[in-house]
Amino acid sequence: MTPVLLLQRVGHLVPVLLGVTVIVFLMMSLTPGDPAEIMLANQNATPAQVAMLRHDMGLDRPLMERFVSFVGHALQGDFGQSLFHRRPVATVIMERLPATIELSVAAMAFALLVSIPLGVMAAVYRGGVLDRLATVGALLGVSLPGFWFGILMLIGFAVNLRWLPVSGAIDFAAQPPGITGLMVVDSMLALRGDSLMNALAHLVLPAITLGLPMAAILMRVTRASMLEVLRQDYITFAEAKGLGRGRIIALHALKNGLLPTVTVAAMETGSLLGGNMVVETVFGWPGLGRLVVESIFVRNYPLVQAAVLLYAVTYVVVNFLADLLYTVLNPRVRM
Amino acid sequence: MTEPLLAINDLRVAFATPHGLVRAVDGVSLDVRPGECLGVVGESGSGKSVTFAAVMGLIRPPGRIESGSIRFDGRELVGLDRVDYRSLRGRDIAMTLQDALTSLNPALTVGTQITEVLLAHAEDLPSGRHARHREARARAIEMMHLVGIPAAEHRLGDYPHQFSGGMRQRMMIAIALSCRPRLLIADEPTTALDVTIQAQVLELIAGIRATLGMSVALITHDLGVVAEYCDRVAVLYAGQIVESGPTASVIGAPRHPYTAGLLASVPMLSNLDRRIRPIDGQVPGLVDLPPGCRFLPRCPHAAPVCVSTIAMRALEHDRAVRCVR
Ligand SMILES: Nc1ncnc2c1ncn2[C@@H]1O[C@H](COP(=O)(O)OP(=O)(O)OP(=O)(O)O)[C@@H](O)[C@H]1O
Ligand SMILES: [Mg+2]
Repeated sequence: MTPVLLLQRVGHLVPVLLGVTVIVFLMMSLTPGDPAEIMLANQNATPAQVAMLRHDMGLDRPLMERFVSFVGHALQGDFGQSLFHRRPVATVIMERLPATIELSVAAMAFALLVSIPLGVMAAVYRGGVLDRLATVGALLGVSLPGFWFGILMLIGFAVNLRWLPVSGAIDFAAQPPGITGLMVVDSMLALRGDSLMNALAHLVLPAITLGLPMAAILMRVTRASMLEVLRQDYITFAEAKGLGRGRIIALHALKNGLLPTVTVAAMETGSLLGGNMVVETVFGWPGLGRLVVESIFVRNYPLVQAAVLLYAVTYVVVNFLADLLYTVLNPRVRM
Repeated sequence: MTEPLLAINDLRVAFATPHGLVRAVDGVSLDVRPGECLGVVGESGSGKSVTFAAVMGLIRPPGRIESGSIRFDGRELVGLDRVDYRSLRGRDIAMTLQDALTSLNPALTVGTQITEVLLAHAEDLPSGRHARHREARARAIEMMHLVGIPAAEHRLGDYPHQFSGGMRQRMMIAIALSCRPRLLIADEPTTALDVTIQAQVLELIAGIRATLGMSVALITHDLGVVAEYCDRVAVLYAGQIVESGPTASVIGAPRHPYTAGLLASVPMLSNLDRRIRPIDGQVPGLVDLPPGCRFLPRCPHAAPVCVSTIAMRALEHDRAVRCVR
């Protein structure tokens, strides 16, 4: 793809992101009731205090003016103050973001590493033992609620067997010096093996819990798409050329068979973001998902607003990247 | 007489389908001799592709080779293990598939798809990764030139969708020929092409056959093509050979009513004066066929003996026919 076309594609993102911003902004404005009053409910706030908060949040200004100022501030990374934390929303989010990124990447890696080989093998040995086990496993993976499965694993491996830690991202004593905020990366940067092992041990259960439904879906997509590809004439022709089975499957079939997997993986990133809230709550993971859940309970509007916007932008950007990857994999849509 | 290069003997291939066992190839025997071009003709569904898929070892479940023998250069191929088959395919026997548009991998460059055959089979490539690849590339370009792909060296990095139908057909032939096989099986190499390109591709195969001294099995349903390019012809009907022999003699004086019917249904120089007549009726389904002649329901010369098993009968001048007349 040429740089010009790439810029054009990036340009297409602008209206989408603008639309997302409008919706997120209106979310607060259209919620019934006065946000300032709701936020201060149960805190014995005087009417003067409510009015002051309303003024701070700009709620006393016209909608359009508020929107422009919201966008203007948002572009500078300013999402207002988190009353609950008594610090800027952006700061609070940035503190929690690395843990969520770490967990999501781990879950995604788990899902891809499990689903692609399993899906390919299930298709190649269709109807075999592995195929049937994987199919049943995928059905369970899709249909069991993630939190339930997470709690089961928590009770089994952490509470009863004590193989893995129960909650958190790392033990206090093992904490490496903070550089990126990603415990695994920081441990490696600090060359601390004990921290790395500790961080990985904390990561295992939440990552599996979060990644499992995605792994199940991707396994089924990969299997179905590989079955389709393996029936194609070009596979027969590759066999007629006397190529090895490994090359036929790993190159000729996989390069076509992975296209749907990539697309679905990108779409499923959205559910990963949603799943974060549940999984982080179950495993006491110090990430954004748990922060959002807590903030919803204490009606921390500015923070929820900023987090939702962040989720939406992430979703849009990930899908954009998936489109790019798709064009790399599929020469027919390459421009 | 010289030993045939390929000798198929009493081959039976069946597919298990929900409607019953489909015996797509039922007792086919045929030879391809060194250096010759054998034409294999028959209506759609007569078992041409399946016969040669069996030769290539490409019958997959629910299909199965039930019985028979396929010998290539004296070596039995039925039951040959996977690894031995792999070294044979693409190197000694090559096949181009019926549909050139879907037989090239859309996700790989044509350069990859042709050099990989050379890298898999050619024993005389230099050692050393870099030199091997460079030599494979050079041979690929040479072969693409041979099949008439213009500016071959600039097209190695292109994907199949960047080629026209005719060029893809040529590309498939180039890939099949890249290791200079002793036998080329060309499964309807021209059906997807328009008439002028058809002739070009057939001339191309004939020319390369002369240059490389290889044998060709040319599968087609066009007797006109056979008349022009093939030394001998085998006519298939409903999974059986019904007639075989030298092309001129078979076309000049067909002995089987089906061959005669086929000839009457295509416009050729020999019958320009007569009206073109399609054969009435349809090819029978291949499940649970009665023992007698399979052409019986459509045959203008049907007789009471035709309901009993009819065997292939050798005639003079290297001909054979499955008919009592
Ligand atoms: N995978 C399969 N499963 C079931 N039946 C099959 C399969 N492949 C081929 N057949 C059957 O085998 C018979 C012969 O097929 P084949 O492809 O050899 O015909 P053909 O002579 O090459 O015809 P065409 O001119 O259309 O290519 C057909 O009746 C077809 O239904
Ligand atoms: Mg065919």
